Amino acid sequence: MNSPGFLDIVSFGPDGWGHVLAAGAWMTILIALAGIAIGSVIGTFGAWAKISGGPVPRAIAEAYTTILRGIPDLLVIYLFYFGGSAVVTAVGQFFGAEGFVSFPGFVAGALAVGVTSGAQQTEVFRGAFRAVHPGELEAATACGMGRVLRFRRITAPLTLRHALPGLGNVWQVVLKESALVSVTGVVELLRQAQIGAGSTSLPFDFYFVAAMIYLAISTVSGAFLNASEHWFSRGVRRG
Amino acid sequence: MDIAFASETLMSLLSALPLTLELAVTAIALGSVVALALALARLSGILVLDWFARAYVFVFRGTPLLVQIFLIYYGLSQFAAVRHSIFWPILREPYWCAVLALMLNTAAYASEIIRGGLLSVPHGQVEAARACGMPRFMIFRRIVMPLAIRQALPGYGNEMISMVKATSLASIITLMEITGVAARIISESYRVIEVFVVAGAIYLAINFLLTRLIAFIEYRLTPHQRQPLAIHGELKGEAH
Repeated sequence: MNSPGFLDIVSFGPDGWGHVLAAGAWMTILIALAGIAIGSVIGTFGAWAKISGGPVPRAIAEAYTTILRGIPDLLVIYLFYFGGSAVVTAVGQFFGAEGFVSFPGFVAGALAVGVTSGAQQTEVFRGAFRAVHPGELEAATACGMGRVLRFRRITAPLTLRHALPGLGNVWQVVLKESALVSVTGVVELLRQAQIGAGSTSLPFDFYFVAAMIYLAISTVSGAFLNASEHWFSRGVRRG
Repeated sequence: MDIAFASETLMSLLSALPLTLELAVTAIALGSVVALALALARLSGILVLDWFARAYVFVFRGTPLLVQIFLIYYGLSQFAAVRHSIFWPILREPYWCAVLALMLNTAAYASEIIRGGLLSVPHGQVEAARACGMPRFMIFRRIVMPLAIRQALPGYGNEMISMVKATSLASIITLMEITGVAARIISESYRVIEVFVVAGAIYLAINFLLTRLIAFIEYRLTPHQRQPLAIHGELKGEAH
């Protein structure tokens, strides 16, 4: 193969990089989805702790959101990657394995992205819960709903509806943050672009294509989120 | 936690603090100029400038900062024209590439914040200034800009904090700022928790001070919103 041109990078042919870049983009989406899913669980508990937890859960949630919003995401990724490896190595040595065992980068990355986005989602859910009209919760209690039933039928759907715009912002942040997971060696979109740049000496072309793919993912998912926001808010009066 | 190791780590991380601050301050300062230009382009009413600023903001906010850093640091060297240009001594340096990427990135976010501030200036204020006979530039300097800054400051504060955090990415292109040194110590010693706690504490301290500083500036810029204490007491008395 002669020195490849720009078209070879985006083509899906035998010499093209299209397939591996698409696989990298898919991995990026998977990391972002896993991260935002982990973050939503943390965010739910965090919001619960801040709204109706006792003084101890509230203090923990407060410390968690303050710390995670004040330190760089890259540091959190290092914590999970190296920290996870240290734990796995210790467990491995306990069972008789020799030497250093590395922690899977995907798990470390998803956990790190999840923990950082969890801090943001805590605030999103807390704000969304405050937007739910107390009368609606009162009405549910008056109908004789138990706490679980009321949460499932009334609180959760109404909170989610108000949380959608905020969650859309968190999603965009998470998608861009997933690029940092490339430092752990997970072959997502940016890492794949790095590999391509290294083996063809066309760094600009590869990073440019990667940037365009990120832009496409964020634009398409943004449009989808807007549409779903519109759909789920059709019962909300505007203006 | 090993106190001796932690204090040793603290000393080596603190020696990297100047580089982190330098990156953040340079990027924010240069970025604010670009951001103001972009915001004015958006509001200029000239179609070409408007669309350029829109496209710029769309691209820089829609792609990860790390990709932008790589595109500038590794990508630009692909072109012989760049390697032979007068900018090469600058673009060859990882420091200036990091500053450039951070600056262009923060400009995109900050331009939207500044635009919001500029749009929030009440039309009556501008009209009054015009009625006083002020020329256009003087209106901008004396009326529009101070009011816009006051309005945009809280949002700009958040952007500054995310810039301080974003300087950590410079470590990926070999710059030894706080996160870079932290990663080196972790990979040498495998003591993750201590290094993470110390490095995190430094970033938290920077961001805490930054938040206080911005709150103080905001307080100074909004004297009209502070309630005079004496009148406050009288109003309370009337309520009875």
